[in-house]
Amino acid sequence: MLAGIALTLASLWYGQNHGLMPVEASKDAALVDDLFNAMMTVGAGIFFLVEGVILVCIFKFRRKKGDTTDGPPIEGNIPLEILWTAIPVVIVLVIGVYSFEIYRVEGGFDPEAAEQPAIVQVAMLPGSGLEAGLMDAQPAPKGMKHHSHMALGVGGSPESAQNAPDLTVNVLGLQYAWIFTYPDSGVTAGELHIPVGKDIKLTIKAQDVIHAFWLPQFRLKQDAIPGQDAELRFKPTLAGEYPIVCAELCGAYHGAMASKLYVMEQDDYDAWLQQQVAALDEPQTVASKPDEINADAAYLAPFASQFADQTGVDAELLQQLHPLHNHELMKAMQPPVDPAAVSALPAA
Amino acid sequence: MTIQAEAPKSAQPQLPHAGERKWQDYFTFNTDHKVIGIQYLVTSFAFFSIGGVMADVLRTELRTPASDFISPELYNQVLTLHGTIMIFLWIVPAGAGFANYLIPLMIGARDMAFPKMNAMAFWMVPPAGILLVLSILVEAPQSGWTSYPPLSLMTGKVGEGIWILTLLILGTSSILGGINFFTTIIKMRVPSMKLTSMPLFCWAMLSTSALILIGTPVLAGALLLLGFDLIAGTNFFNPTGGGDPVVYQHMFWFYSHPAVYIMILPLFGAISEIIPVHSRKPIFGYLAIAYSSLAISFLGLIVWAHHMFTSGTPAWLRMFFMITTMVIAVPTGIKVFSWLATMWGGKIALNSAMLFAMGFVGEFVIGGISGVMVASVPFDIHVHDTYFIVAHMHYVLFGGSVFGIYAAIYHWYPKMTGRMMNEPLGIAHFTLTLVGTNLTFMPMHALGMQGMNRRVAMYDPQFQSLNEICTAGAYVLAVSTLPFFVNAIWSWSKGVPAGDNPWNALTLEWQTTSPPAIENFETLPVLTGGPYDYGVEDFPDDMLPPLTSPELQPDSSAFS
Repeated sequence: MLAGIALTLASLWYGQNHGLMPVEASKDAALVDDLFNAMMTVGAGIFFLVEGVILVCIFKFRRKKGDTTDGPPIEGNIPLEILWTAIPVVIVLVIGVYSFEIYRVEGGFDPEAAEQPAIVQVAMLPGSGLEAGLMDAQPAPKGMKHHSHMALGVGGSPESAQNAPDLTVNVLGLQYAWIFTYPDSGVTAGELHIPVGKDIKLTIKAQDVIHAFWLPQFRLKQDAIPGQDAELRFKPTLAGEYPIVCAELCGAYHGAMASKLYVMEQDDYDAWLQQQVAALDEPQTVASKPDEINADAAYLAPFASQFADQTGVDAELLQQLHPLHNHELMKAMQPPVDPAAVSALPAA
Repeated sequence: MTIQAEAPKSAQPQLPHAGERKWQDYFTFNTDHKVIGIQYLVTSFAFFSIGGVMADVLRTELRTPASDFISPELYNQVLTLHGTIMIFLWIVPAGAGFANYLIPLMIGARDMAFPKMNAMAFWMVPPAGILLVLSILVEAPQSGWTSYPPLSLMTGKVGEGIWILTLLILGTSSILGGINFFTTIIKMRVPSMKLTSMPLFCWAMLSTSALILIGTPVLAGALLLLGFDLIAGTNFFNPTGGGDPVVYQHMFWFYSHPAVYIMILPLFGAISEIIPVHSRKPIFGYLAIAYSSLAISFLGLIVWAHHMFTSGTPAWLRMFFMITTMVIAVPTGIKVFSWLATMWGGKIALNSAMLFAMGFVGEFVIGGISGVMVASVPFDIHVHDTYFIVAHMHYVLFGGSVFGIYAAIYHWYPKMTGRMMNEPLGIAHFTLTLVGTNLTFMPMHALGMQGMNRRVAMYDPQFQSLNEICTAGAYVLAVSTLPFFVNAIWSWSKGVPAGDNPWNALTLEWQTTSPPAIENFETLPVLTGGPYDYGVEDFPDDMLPPLTSPELQPDSSAFS
């Protein structure tokens, strides 16, 4: 009895105080953490129970020296067995329904996402995939409409799903970088800047292999699959600088495929956007000043210097990543494309 | 007592020696299931060592954030080989080894149903394994053991071809084994043994074989199509030609999720054998454990897309697979609680076999709890493809399967060799393994949730301190195998003679000689009681052999 109370209290305390999760930068993140805390509480309870029983067995039910008799021949206990079948059934059903609800509130069942036509990138010739990503929003061919039942990713929350998002950013994953395009302003960047408190929609594509776009502080992840678009929609609530991680093995430098997410106050965001738009008009200025270290290079510099000659992502390339609107540079930084894959392409 | 031999053994003193094997037999195409079982086990331990060295290479690289020990390309090669070897050349063949050795003995048969096919299944494993390991000399596969296209079609292409061929051979071997286990268990039990009086290991192997037979052909299909894409330039999975890489993921996981149960169910069965013997109590809830194996086997077939929650899966599919995955916790929970209830109130001998069996329960439950967590879609979206998953699967496959294999080795080694293993070395092995496992894999939970992705050769420097702990733990695990290997090799020739039934167990394999004669039983046994009737009142006291006979229990006693 006493042990039961202690066990319950210990698991309740640990379920709330494990300190395992990073900062919550959106409401959805807090919801996921609540769900995890609930599972952690139940899990800690089961853990303490099982390990406790094992320890009791080791100390209390250890065979005495010289005892050669058998234990009591208990072959089962139907009520007890029903109990330990029924309790886990109830636990998993409650966790299941709870998870379902959190997923719904997060926007997993966004009807808008479901109706969105899936843009099928048929040809992935070098360059074309990237350009398609940069130019964005080419409407899908009409014939593709019937593919629209595949909604990938996490959409808007049920109350905001009906409305258009405040900001849409196209995300393109390629070996080994993320490229962000703002279709409204034509800006392209190597890191993601978004205003705080706004409804953000990311359209996620991949150029070469499967990547996965992960925002740990937002508890959001979606694979970027070549040929299939996906989306993530969320509302950042906490300004700051957060990592963007590639979570799907995408090649040797998968570990270095990282970027930054800047959640900025609206004013700062507007200023940043203006600066980018201004840079758009003079594409050569930035490119011709290699000593002008941009934010990407600053962030990835430790990586770039560590892996010096090994990585594809060296400092020079990072320099080029910033003014990506320059098509010459884009072509220069194309990752090596497998000749066999290209030759296997249909003539079209 | 489960058998009643028709003639007392002392009547035929010449026979046990007639049934001895020469060492050369173990290197031939021998059709004796006991030879094949030991061949499987020794082979799997050899590959375990290779895969273990690779694990420590990976952990050495991960000691520091930078990629400074091996090149990132080599890292991905070692990573792929480590996963593939540990799954297909260590745990799966080790399970097959125990199944081969134990099933005919446990059901009172003289051999497997198809002895030649059995030998053929084994002899596919070493060539395939050697082929895979040697691929590192040319260009090993680099896309992880999951080998998702399009990455697998672009990097390490020579190795990828070797990988596909290896897995096709190993899959074929596995199917042949599955057919054999299934037929043997169904058809070759002694007439007095009903399905519900079989040892639970046989129930577990029945469920495992069903999974092998249903799942493996689908993997073969996926691999063949991937091979066409790789070699012939077709576009089944290649998006550059309109293929769909997500279809590969479905086909791959349709086998590879059940593969987890193919790896853990035989050890569930072994643990159900070991715990009652060393607790001197009947297994608690025989039927519940038997049927929960079947339930796990069935449910295991309809959960595969939980590996794809962040991939190309629509919302309704995510919800369906979330529920089915969570429900698997119920039959698994039944097993865990039944094992605990079996131990409760028993007279537990804390020998190496029992310590590893208790360690199995204690470690596996951690993997089970995190398994329910990752089944929850919103949480899995956060931790998918992170170190949380690495931690989860190593608690299931190392804390579970590997602890189970060790327990089974300590338990059945006296039967296989006729000699006891050394007990102090066994306890040292257990202690090091327990410490090493938790040191290596526990911090990975935190790493994954904090933001460390898996399969990386370089990582954010903020994760370094926890990674150093993991690496230290991996070295402890490497050291932990030394007492085991010394023990196993030394005891084979120098161990204390075990006698026929050192644990005083009731299942049929213990009622014959150790090691068993070539044809297992001189006269086929007749069942007179259940396999776990420990302490059951109604058997006469004079039939009880002494639990421990003094000459078997010198200083390296198995009974403490």
